[in-house]
Amino acid sequence: MSIPGQWYLILAAALFSIGALGLLIRRNVLVMFMCIELMLNAANLSFVTFSRMLGDIGGQVIVFFVLVVAAAEVVVGLGIVVAIFRRRANASADDLHALKG
Amino acid sequence: MLGAVHPTLPDSATFAVSAAVIIGGALGVISSRNAVHAALSLVMTLFGVAVLFIEEQADFLAVVQIIVYAGAIVVLFLFVIMFLGVDRQENVAYEPLRGQRPLALLLVVVVLGGVLALGVSAHWATGAHAVAGPRTAGGHSNVYALGKAVFTTYLFAFEATAGLLVIAVVGAVVLARRPRREAAAGPDGEVPGPADDPEGERAELETVGAPQADGDTSPSQEEVPR
Repeated sequence: MSIPGQWYLILAAALFSIGALGLLIRRNVLVMFMCIELMLNAANLSFVTFSRMLGDIGGQVIVFFVLVVAAAEVVVGLGIVVAIFRRRANASADDLHALKG
Repeated sequence: MLGAVHPTLPDSATFAVSAAVIIGGALGVISSRNAVHAALSLVMTLFGVAVLFIEEQADFLAVVQIIVYAGAIVVLFLFVIMFLGVDRQENVAYEPLRGQRPLALLLVVVVLGGVLALGVSAHWATGAHAVAGPRTAGGHSNVYALGKAVFTTYLFAFEATAGLLVIAVVGAVVLARRPRREAAAGPDGEVPGPADDPEGERAELETVGAPQADGDTSPSQEEVPR
């Protein structure tokens, strides 16, 4: 008998919580991005687990699309970080108040 | 409910080790003061998740997870970290907003408890079985089932991701492009054309930000000589 799905779901919830906590307490934009990746991975783990529990391939297809969207998001996000860094020379989220009108 | 079924020892051991790796890596991401260490901890978490994917018979996704996440996304992170300066140490103990961390911890604990309570009350997974096709199609492999679903049921979404990737590439090129002011090298941005105003503004901002940049980078590089 393989591992019951609840264990995976509890692990995914814990991973998501750690990612959310990091997103809330960290100031470095790059580390905040990594925390978003943690949360996406937790969601992926949940989807794969649901796919196994329900015997449905749809969960794995969604994980496939989440991977694509995560790649696109990271590319654009890091481009924005580089563009901000070029004029602010700082990668802290606190300095972005300079964006206001 | 957790003890209802008894998994075999190899499965339990795999799950326990992977869970420890995942949680340890995640804690490393949010607690390391150097961004490179955070990226390496992220790799650890991604590998743990890939092992769990294999444990759940999602073989294709496990390989794609390693190739795309650990091979491409983390390398992109590391590239940007190196580009922005690898010697930059963040003062983790500094807390600009008083009470933000306890409040964040409280919020996360409340959300986690709520999610787990919902899971218990909903018996974790409810729903129709096999709406989008069976997970293992008649003895075929996981790759067969996944490919069939992607290229039949989800074909439109699959093609839409191609558009998304093109948009992402164009956006990255536009964002990472250097402003043309540096190529002209005229005094105070004498670039003619309709793009004159924003570029003049940009020049002003950069001259204002330049001394701050020196003040930021030089002490940290002296602190940590490589």
